[in-house]
Amino acid sequence: MEQAIFEERRDQIHRTGDGPFELACNRDSLAGAVSQRACVFCGSRVVLYPIADALHLVHGPIGCAVYTWDIRGALSSGPELHRLSFSTDLQEKDVIFGGEKKLKAALLELIERHKPKAAFVYATCIVGIIGDDVAAVCRSVAATTGIPVIPVQSEGFKGNKREGYLAACRALFTLAGTGDVSDVSPVSLNILGDFNLAGEIWIIRDYFKRMGVEVVANITGDGRVEDVKRCHGAALNVVQCSGSTMELAKMMQEKFGIPFIRVSYLGIEDMADSLYAVAEHFKDRAPGIMERAQQVVREELAVLLPKLKEYRKDLEGKKVAIYVGGAFKAFSLIKAFRHLGMKVVLVGSQTGTKEDYEELATICDPGTVIVDDSNPLELSKFVRELDVDLFVGGVKERPIAHKLGVGFCDHNHERKEALEGFVGMLNFAKEVHASATSPIWRFVPRREALIKKGEGI
Amino acid sequence: MSDSPYISTTNACKLCTPLGAALAFRGVEGAIPFLHGSQGCATYMRRYIISHFREPMDIASSALGEKQAVFGGGPNLKKGILNVMSKYGATVVGVASTCLTETIGDDVPRLLSEFRKEFADLPLPEIVHVSTPSYAGTHMEGWHAATAALAAQLVREKAPATRRVNLIPGFVSPADLRYFKEILADFDVAATILPDISETMDRPALLDYEKIPKGGTTLAAIQAMSGALGSIECGRADHMAETAGANLNRRFQVPNHRIGTPIGIRESDIFFETLEQLTGRTTPDKYRDERGRLVDAYVDGHKYVAGKRAIVYGEEDFVIGMVAFLAEIGVKPILAATGATCKNFKAALAEVTAGILPTPPEARMGVDFHDIAEQAGELAPDILVGHSKGYRYAKAMGVPLLRAGFPIHDRFGGQRMLHVGYRGTQELFDRLVNTILERKQEDSAVGYSYL
Repeated sequence: MEQAIFEERRDQIHRTGDGPFELACNRDSLAGAVSQRACVFCGSRVVLYPIADALHLVHGPIGCAVYTWDIRGALSSGPELHRLSFSTDLQEKDVIFGGEKKLKAALLELIERHKPKAAFVYATCIVGIIGDDVAAVCRSVAATTGIPVIPVQSEGFKGNKREGYLAACRALFTLAGTGDVSDVSPVSLNILGDFNLAGEIWIIRDYFKRMGVEVVANITGDGRVEDVKRCHGAALNVVQCSGSTMELAKMMQEKFGIPFIRVSYLGIEDMADSLYAVAEHFKDRAPGIMERAQQVVREELAVLLPKLKEYRKDLEGKKVAIYVGGAFKAFSLIKAFRHLGMKVVLVGSQTGTKEDYEELATICDPGTVIVDDSNPLELSKFVRELDVDLFVGGVKERPIAHKLGVGFCDHNHERKEALEGFVGMLNFAKEVHASATSPIWRFVPRREALIKKGEGI
Repeated sequence: MSDSPYISTTNACKLCTPLGAALAFRGVEGAIPFLHGSQGCATYMRRYIISHFREPMDIASSALGEKQAVFGGGPNLKKGILNVMSKYGATVVGVASTCLTETIGDDVPRLLSEFRKEFADLPLPEIVHVSTPSYAGTHMEGWHAATAALAAQLVREKAPATRRVNLIPGFVSPADLRYFKEILADFDVAATILPDISETMDRPALLDYEKIPKGGTTLAAIQAMSGALGSIECGRADHMAETAGANLNRRFQVPNHRIGTPIGIRESDIFFETLEQLTGRTTPDKYRDERGRLVDAYVDGHKYVAGKRAIVYGEEDFVIGMVAFLAEIGVKPILAATGATCKNFKAALAEVTAGILPTPPEARMGVDFHDIAEQAGELAPDILVGHSKGYRYAKAMGVPLLRAGFPIHDRFGGQRMLHVGYRGTQELFDRLVNTILERKQEDSAVGYSYL
């Protein structure tokens, strides 16, 4: 395993139980290391993408737009403008003479064609370099068209995804406070950091509805510009995927005095705790809300737990590796795997913070490898060395696991199965079970070798 | 050069230049594709490529940050190359620039020559560089430029003349390349296929993760190209000043045969004739039989496809090849569209349909899916032919999509799809007929059990 690890990255890997916990993180990726990370633009794009009635125009050469065309499983209950990929497709002459004119013309053309409720303009790497004043173009187009035209300062090289999240939050914040909130209930919240992958936000909204809580704005899953404009009317922000929208929650707290709580809709405890936390927050204003929350949890668990037990029988003792974008997801996954009787032996993230990793270290079993901003060489070594049965990750991790004959659960923005909520836990168990118990593993070299040695599968 | 009336681009029918270069570099043994730019480019392209091939695709990046964008990316480039040398054990590093590094003005050739001097004491890999700003051209320009760079920079002297053929196949599938290899072996001739992603992008399940996947054109085979009997370069579209084949011809007088991507009987015939001419062998019976079966299939299936109106879109060489095929089976290609721009697209479409179609199909370059869809209403197609990204339009138009080429993101086995030669054409023809039959059967209330 040693030689797969870059000297400069040794302090970004830790095995729990090996001395005091310390993990370096939030660094620039190492040149030549094939990081699994993306860029600032990716962070912004991923957060704003699900706003379905906005125009998302990527200002730059074609790549950034075309690689993010319909990239996520973020569903909309209405308009689907977000599923189209718009670009200024800058050419050499634009790079030389500047792209402002083209940007303006493209915006006017697309706004006229699609009549969006707002437009987001994403600055890509070279836009800052060639000196286009994106903000000025946006102001001018907003004045002409009468819709909010919002620059997103997401030049790719200016950091990693986290800076992109921040740029997206700033963009969203320009909308907050501009809508009419006169009819918003005092028992209301905004859902932050859920992107409605495979319809997940609808599951969560249903729980809140059953508790008697009004959801003002989805930020951003199945999102609408008008809702975001009214989000300052909500009494509470519930923030999932803390990396992506936490900054927005903080800005809203400061400006509008809206408190926020961190939640997670993945797994049983975290889902239930999230509902209870919301109930706790509103218990004085909404009598009976705690009972209603308990009722929701009871009803859902009555369906879920017996089914989960079935899956657990086959999964007990199997070993899991987790590598995800943000660390928050890892916390919930570790707990979720405990319900399935599975043992997490590796956990890592692209953009976890010091606090995230410290928390991870406390909830992981001894001997668990914790890793920040990893790469294929390291991940494949760990998978081999730790003899993992199932890997949870995204598109770029999938072929690593599959190539080595390891099961895989897609836990990424492309997923087509809802994994949030109680029903999501069931889907999760189903998917994990489907992969980990497939009869095909007997044919993959690492299992074939064991079978030959008589050590079973 | 663009035929689009619009300023904005919606759902582009092209990818960016460095993606093609990264893929081409993956076709060289022991090579690591290396993007000189910000981290996101490599990651996005990996994701895009992985979703088609379902294979690991490691692309290194110099991962420039804000500081480097201001002061130059040289130090990161050098450090990155050292890292891929030590960790990946790369024997070839294929460095492709990006829009960022081209715009800040990094002089990659100079940086690399500095690198070679600074680290002259180390066993250095071959470092090939190609300029691929994403604001100029498409992924196909990137592919061809990287291929040309491999020939121009790695073939340094005239190799001893050998009975060898250079095949520069263009961007085709691993299955296509395996078929090419089989053909060349059956012609009993040594061959260099440049680049060769047949193994690197379609590996078996393994015990250990390969830092660099096995396979790809070997350095020795690349260097032997200058002593070959000749080069066969597939793809009629003119992209660049000098292709790999033209470069070898200019410097080492290796005869270069530019032919079309061999899709359809006529384009495949040209391929086999060229091989016969170069090797002095006649086409083995195996392939004559394949051709015979294909003709037989054309006869059996011709009425199912007769007069069907097809819109073909995608990479320029793919489109030209598909139009050649569709025209000869009686399908009417009513629109040939590409996001790329190349001088001779229209002329090439005229060449491959001459004598069959009264007029060549309408050709549009530099268009996106919005342009194609806007025109599709009046064109009333029966079928779309191209990669996965046309699906939403096929669905909206209520017509089937024959998936072929790259990328195939919504179906399984894109890397194993065969397009070229008699065998590939057979596969395309079978799939096309079945696509049409399936639609006919589904649309029919009768539910015919014989079709």
